[in-house]
Amino acid sequence: MSSMRKIVIVGATSAMAEHCARLWLQQGVDEMVLIGRDMQRTDRVAADLRVRAPQCRIQTICSDFLQPEAIASTVEQACATISPDIVLIAHGSLPEQEVCQQDLQDNRTALEVNAISPVLFAEAFATHLEQAGQGKLVLIGSVAGDRGRKSNYVYGAAKGLVTRYAQGLQHRFAGSRIQVVLVKPGPTDTPMTAHLKSSGAKLASVEQVAGNIVSGVSRGKSVIYAPAKWQLIMLIIRHLPGFVFNKLDI
Amino acid sequence: MKVYSWGRLSGEPHAVSMLASTRRLPPLADGQRALPHGMGRSYGDSCLNPQGALWKTTALDHYVSFDPETGLLVCEAGILLRDIQRTFIPRGWILPVTPGTQLVTVGGAIANDVHGKNHHVHGSFGDHVRQLRLLRTDGSVIECGPTENADWFAATVGGLGLTGVITQACLQLRPVAGPWMETETRPYHSLDDFFELADASEAQWEHTVSWIDCMSGSHSRGIFMRGNPATADNRQPEPAAKALTVPLVPPVSLINPLSLRPFNTAYFHAHARKTGRRIQHYASYFYPLDNLLEWNRIYGPRGFYQYQSVVPRHVGQDAVAAMLKEITRSGAGSFLAVLKTFGNRQALGMMSFPQPGVTLALDFPNKGAPTLALFERLDAIVREAGGRLYMAKDARMPRDLFEAGYPRLAEFLNYRDPGLSSALSRRLIGY
Repeated sequence: MSSMRKIVIVGATSAMAEHCARLWLQQGVDEMVLIGRDMQRTDRVAADLRVRAPQCRIQTICSDFLQPEAIASTVEQACATISPDIVLIAHGSLPEQEVCQQDLQDNRTALEVNAISPVLFAEAFATHLEQAGQGKLVLIGSVAGDRGRKSNYVYGAAKGLVTRYAQGLQHRFAGSRIQVVLVKPGPTDTPMTAHLKSSGAKLASVEQVAGNIVSGVSRGKSVIYAPAKWQLIMLIIRHLPGFVFNKLDI
Repeated sequence: MKVYSWGRLSGEPHAVSMLASTRRLPPLADGQRALPHGMGRSYGDSCLNPQGALWKTTALDHYVSFDPETGLLVCEAGILLRDIQRTFIPRGWILPVTPGTQLVTVGGAIANDVHGKNHHVHGSFGDHVRQLRLLRTDGSVIECGPTENADWFAATVGGLGLTGVITQACLQLRPVAGPWMETETRPYHSLDDFFELADASEAQWEHTVSWIDCMSGSHSRGIFMRGNPATADNRQPEPAAKALTVPLVPPVSLINPLSLRPFNTAYFHAHARKTGRRIQHYASYFYPLDNLLEWNRIYGPRGFYQYQSVVPRHVGQDAVAAMLKEITRSGAGSFLAVLKTFGNRQALGMMSFPQPGVTLALDFPNKGAPTLALFERLDAIVREAGGRLYMAKDARMPRDLFEAGYPRLAEFLNYRDPGLSSALSRRLIGY
């Protein structure tokens, strides 16, 4: 497990990131840097992980997630603290599609938080990994990024941008010791999706999804659908002809 | 969405949301009431709030601190007992009290003041809570413990989540050498035998429990199981945890008169032959059913009831004999039947279930009127004996039995959070 000794997590308070962190700590991690927007919530996650793995050195950085200068200096600071073997970029928020259609400011915020912010972090970390000559850069996309749907195309478009960006990075680092991994979770039972749950949607447990991510990353996969069934479902959805797709209420 | 409790008796719509913060509760609409909800392992309606709001606590799953010198663990209330056991047993600390499943939250364990097989030594779960934090629907926070705000503490331990949302707790863990238990199994052939074994085991054994064949009537027979934490040199390879899931709800209960008698007879003889001591992993000893996920489905689409009573010791033997006789006569009942003695100690919670005496717990497939009629006959025995029923299991007890069994009810009501309510509280308390 020497390739997993140092880990940086951006968006450490996301339930998915937290559960990945817990699994990685069980496998043995020497140092971890948690980056969050809200100090109190990031400290809460750090305190939890310290109890779970007292042998691991865990530090926190609080940062603005939208300002390019802040992102650059946060990444600088994280990489000066440790030279990461894994960087997980996990933050995001699930906007309400209708609100985004009515209010362009909310629309813009959703696109910035779910698309611009993660790819700026990814770009900044890519530079550092390139200098270090190795490491895994893991981005959380979404099945929603595979095809635009009327029920959430704002979020889907943002995740689609992350998908394309990850592809570009994969191309750039092909043949090197730097690996870029794109994770596409299906709907997952977390506080972020609480309003889906109340409408009765069937959601995967966050433990299961984190398990898929952690094992996929260690097996060197470049795209991870979590749970795996979404690979087949999205294969079908991506290939449905427009006249069929447009009749679906999804 | 539709929510079921463990007994699967009803699936009614709830407005479910997940609590993300230990500091703020979601706003309630005018007249709306909520109920904190952990893993939904309560059998009856104490964890349900049909048409109202249900606040899932399972994302409040963070440890706050642990002191390896004293074994004091501070954690949020949505963390599972399984998580605590897995994290701390390898470090030499264990939960002093645990129920028969570890798939429950700390908050749920406190709110039901759950007990285990070691009541005579360590009491119930609430006895090991040093402090807890309550978040009320008016936004106020109350910290309480055995000495600080002790009245709030006594109302909240066993208070079924009705005094506020338990967000955080400080638990006293207990040193343990390792994950192994030294266990012994002995068959018994009468209630006299059972009580003799139970009394003789109290001094030497931390854990005592028995499986009873509910079809054996007046010639009660069962398997008595006792155990102690094993010393460190009993190290063996950890068994691989393999969980199976009951994949669907069968159209009829798989537990029925045709299957029950042969099953019980086979189980009794299989274990009566295997008597003696052995070393067992804590998980298979404490939580035998946890590897069969969603086992509650085996009772079919109508679900099942559990009936758990405790009656004082001096009338215990007669009362248990009378209940078993009724059950055998009815041909109902199930394989899952537990008889155990409680130690001579009162629980600290105003509404806690454990009290000195003997407790009998049985599952019954829901067959409607005949099942409810049987319960009325069992109620009469419990009432006569001066006993009580366990609210965490209950979906139907009559109000008079509830009030007789829980004499501190009036005192408890002073501490209720007016924004919280459950199907059980409406049924038994009126709101």
